[in-house]
Amino acid sequence: MQPISRMSWLGVLPWFGFTLLFLIAPMSYLILGAFQSPEGGLTLANMAGLSAPDIAASFWLSIRLSLASALVGTVTGLLLAHAVVLGGLPIWLRRAITAFCGVASNFAGVPLAFAFIATLGRLGLVTVLLKSLGLDLYAMGFSLFSFWGLTLTYLYFQMPLMLLVITPALEGLRPEWREAAESLGADGAQYWLRVGAPVLAPSVLGCFLLLFANAFGTLATIIALTGSNFSVVPILLFQQIRGNVLYNPNLGYALALGMVLIMVVSNLLYLALRARAERWQK
Amino acid sequence: MKRVSLASWLITILAGLYFLVPLYAAFQFSLQMKRDTLSFAAYASVFQSDVFLRAFVFSLVASLAAIMAGAALVVPTAYWVRLRLPKLRPVVEFISLLPLIIPSVVLVFGHIRMFGSSSFLPLTTTDLGTNLLLVAGYVVLSLPYMFRAIDNGMAAIDIGTLTEAAESLGASRARIILGVIFPNIRAAIVSGAFLTFSICLGEFAIASLLNRQTFGPYLVQLGQDRAYEPAALAIMSFGLTWILMALMQAFANRKPGQRLLPFRKGPTR
Repeated sequence: MQPISRMSWLGVLPWFGFTLLFLIAPMSYLILGAFQSPEGGLTLANMAGLSAPDIAASFWLSIRLSLASALVGTVTGLLLAHAVVLGGLPIWLRRAITAFCGVASNFAGVPLAFAFIATLGRLGLVTVLLKSLGLDLYAMGFSLFSFWGLTLTYLYFQMPLMLLVITPALEGLRPEWREAAESLGADGAQYWLRVGAPVLAPSVLGCFLLLFANAFGTLATIIALTGSNFSVVPILLFQQIRGNVLYNPNLGYALALGMVLIMVVSNLLYLALRARAERWQK
Repeated sequence: MKRVSLASWLITILAGLYFLVPLYAAFQFSLQMKRDTLSFAAYASVFQSDVFLRAFVFSLVASLAAIMAGAALVVPTAYWVRLRLPKLRPVVEFISLLPLIIPSVVLVFGHIRMFGSSSFLPLTTTDLGTNLLLVAGYVVLSLPYMFRAIDNGMAAIDIGTLTEAAESLGASRARIILGVIFPNIRAAIVSGAFLTFSICLGEFAIASLLNRQTFGPYLVQLGQDRAYEPAALAIMSFGLTWILMALMQAFANRKPGQRLLPFRKGPTR
């Protein structure tokens, strides 16, 4: 091998050039803009502006929607993963479910919205079927284009994602632990409460945060389902970029920064919890 | 143990229903375009539409361009960092993961402001410039997956020895990357490429805000205008996602040097 020359940094120049131009500089531009007044002076007014009622309501709606969809996704995904990994299903079925989840976790966006409109929209298959059985979903207050309708739609990619990311942790539960607990007289519930749950808790919580972040950035599915009536933060930002609906460009930057901050916090917590969880998987 | 297994079956069946009913519903709905008869008219209508063809081909070209640009960017970088600058590895890896915490709507916001009409590089003022910006955005979106796929591919081969062998035969730096490293990590690149493809093909936020007529915005528009075609496209998109994921898996698990088609016999020497 040649000795390291002073010119070897030239080899990574394209990388740093590209990421500086198209990733780091644009993001810095937004972040700086979030702390500038329209005249160019430094200010915290934009960040404070995020607490204005309509913007705060958007953040709150986004957070609630992401929490609900992450929670439902975590619980159902965990149940399904438990059934698949520890439930004694035949191996072909296990493989089929895992493969399907790989596809479904990537099947988001507009086509997913279309499939759900055909299922639970006003003229959807299930809606019509239940109506003929005397159960009128829309008369009962359900709507696909509402909070819980969106949550149900998100579940289509959240549950599979949960299964994929939690499977290694479930496989890491050693049979010896269960045997040891049983030989000491523990029943199934005690084993899960005292051994299984504490070992799995960091992984499950970490995956929950991953699902939260996954839902938080979702834009296309909502637009296809609700137009732009459902004003979560990504939709608000989308409209701001389109037509400056906030009447203040710098407030738009603050909105973008707020989104990124929520993503950063949930991802950092996810990484910290994953590191904690890996102690058991050696 | 019997009771656990019964609960498992129940959960699996419920989940199966949840996953399969929307697909069945979309499929059934897509066949009902003609009154009182089942037909593939909705599919035919999609394929006969010029708008669809133009949008789909444009997305295809943009995704391919992003894949090629991404590979051209990541392969030499990953190679050079592994070979010469291991100290830079955490920095490069960190940058490659950044797009995971930046929603695409935020990324394109930054691009529009950074490369707008009054900037030092006003890309959004021309058609070509905006197309370039679209591809650049797609490259950024795919960086986390491309970098991981290619870096894993390089971990599986001994690039140090390969480089020395090529150097002792007098190969230039570019020749080593193109002629030795590239073929050895072909499978890893293709695996990353299929994932990039499935991300970019239906991408909505960036394309829509740059006013590009790609597949994503086309789908949203179609959903507002038509009833049966969207269902047909949902089915076709699911099929396409399935194919892309299967190809990605197939290539991700291939060993370096393995043939593209496992059943094809190589030349005997």
